[in-house]
Amino acid sequence: MIEALQNMLTYDFMRRALWGVLLMMPLFSLLGTLVVNNGMSFFSDALGHSALTGAAVGMLFGLAEPQPIMLLFAVLFALLMNAIRCSKLSSTDTVIGVFSSCGVALGLVLLSRHSRFSGYQSLLIGDVLSITVPQLWVLAGTLVIVFLVWVFCFNGFFAVSLNPSLARSHGLPTVWLDNLFVVVMALVVMLAVRWVGLLLINAMLILPAAAARNVARSLRSYVMLTLVFSLFSGLLGLVLSYLNAVATGPMIVLVSATVFFGTFFMAQRK
Amino acid sequence: MSHCGLHCLTVTGIGVEADGQVLLHDVNLHSHCGQLTAIIGKNGAGKSTLLKAILGEIPHEGQVTFSGHNGTPVSGQKPKIGYVPQAVALDRHSPATVGDVLQSLTSVYPVFFPKRKKTVQKLRTHLARFHAETLLDQPLGKLSGGELQRVLLAAATVSNPDLLVLDEPVSGVDQNGLEEFYRLLEELKQQDMVILLVSHDLSFVYEHAERVVLLDKTVEAYGTPDEVFATKVFVDTFGEKEGRR
Repeated sequence: MIEALQNMLTYDFMRRALWGVLLMMPLFSLLGTLVVNNGMSFFSDALGHSALTGAAVGMLFGLAEPQPIMLLFAVLFALLMNAIRCSKLSSTDTVIGVFSSCGVALGLVLLSRHSRFSGYQSLLIGDVLSITVPQLWVLAGTLVIVFLVWVFCFNGFFAVSLNPSLARSHGLPTVWLDNLFVVVMALVVMLAVRWVGLLLINAMLILPAAAARNVARSLRSYVMLTLVFSLFSGLLGLVLSYLNAVATGPMIVLVSATVFFGTFFMAQRK
Repeated sequence: MSHCGLHCLTVTGIGVEADGQVLLHDVNLHSHCGQLTAIIGKNGAGKSTLLKAILGEIPHEGQVTFSGHNGTPVSGQKPKIGYVPQAVALDRHSPATVGDVLQSLTSVYPVFFPKRKKTVQKLRTHLARFHAETLLDQPLGKLSGGELQRVLLAAATVSNPDLLVLDEPVSGVDQNGLEEFYRLLEELKQQDMVILLVSHDLSFVYEHAERVVLLDKTVEAYGTPDEVFATKVFVDTFGEKEGRR
């Protein structure tokens, strides 16, 4: 076993993947705590799906690197979706469902038009093993920025989720905070989607936080447990995928799901 | 007695429309510090809408102003408002503790960082005023209706507001909890606070409010509890039994 792990780290791509997991899982856990707490898991799911449209639009412009367009598209998509969500014109989950399906349909139409769909299949499943060193630096930078945003705004984000009127009465800029949160969410989802795939990115976001929520007794333990569960699932998932020669992202999600059910039954037995 | 910055709340000509329907029109109110003004009325009379207009949450006609005792408008000073939402509007499954909630509302020091003794002590002292200091580490979901009410009241008053706005704070609270709650409001009155309360419990309103507003899209009756409870419109709204005190 030890030998197999040592063997795993002799490969450059496995070392990079390990760093990828070590950077991405904390990023997901910071975001996931609030996504789950604010009941926005459907929202982040829709954002992931919009990656398809973003990639297709990038291709229309003939860009070799679709990521900048994807980021821009996702931010606009998130702000628009949030505006409609807050206007309460229609029930939230319906609005998000409509956005989500539009994102997928438009992306598929555009990609199929040029028969280029096969080139974008990696977007669906993702592949953390193909991550490069410069991309790791981008992830590290994002992690630092998101951590700083969380240090300054976590209390505000939480207060808004608790009760917007209550938060406003304490002088918190609730609309601003709400938009900042969805923009950060859009950026993280778009940066990470090619490594973990849009089919499963939402699971990585919400499962560790949902598991932590089963057992946490305060916001502090909630955030810490989410981080622990995320890193545990990421690392164990990576190792198991290497040992069994299966896809990494799905393996990480399976470990997270096991942790979720474990904590769920622990909470039930109390 | 604590320092009192702003003393009178004056509401002039408040009107609210939504989707072409008039929810409120021409609402006028005047309330002093040290007074509890209760807003009563049947469901759909616009009680919560009025609170939202005063809080500045929804677009409305008319004006909400604060002034000193002698009627001079206080300029350059935004009144601090404490708000107690309906308890049902909270996520009771959140892992957040009472301390987390108070800290997230009043401080930027992240709640996921290690606790600071000073903050904990400050919150505990504040909660003690509401007989809730033992609840500091309790998750929200474990609180009884009465406990949650006291915690929300503590959250609303933590920064010494000039105006305290309470939205139907008595739903889901038992009789003992209610008595405790109104006793706490009596204490808060001593601190030069203007208190506006939407309530369904007429006997508590009668006992504790200095001013009563009977609302039905506009002010139908305004005055002391005795005055308002004796009006015809009160009897028409709530029945003769409630009117006899």
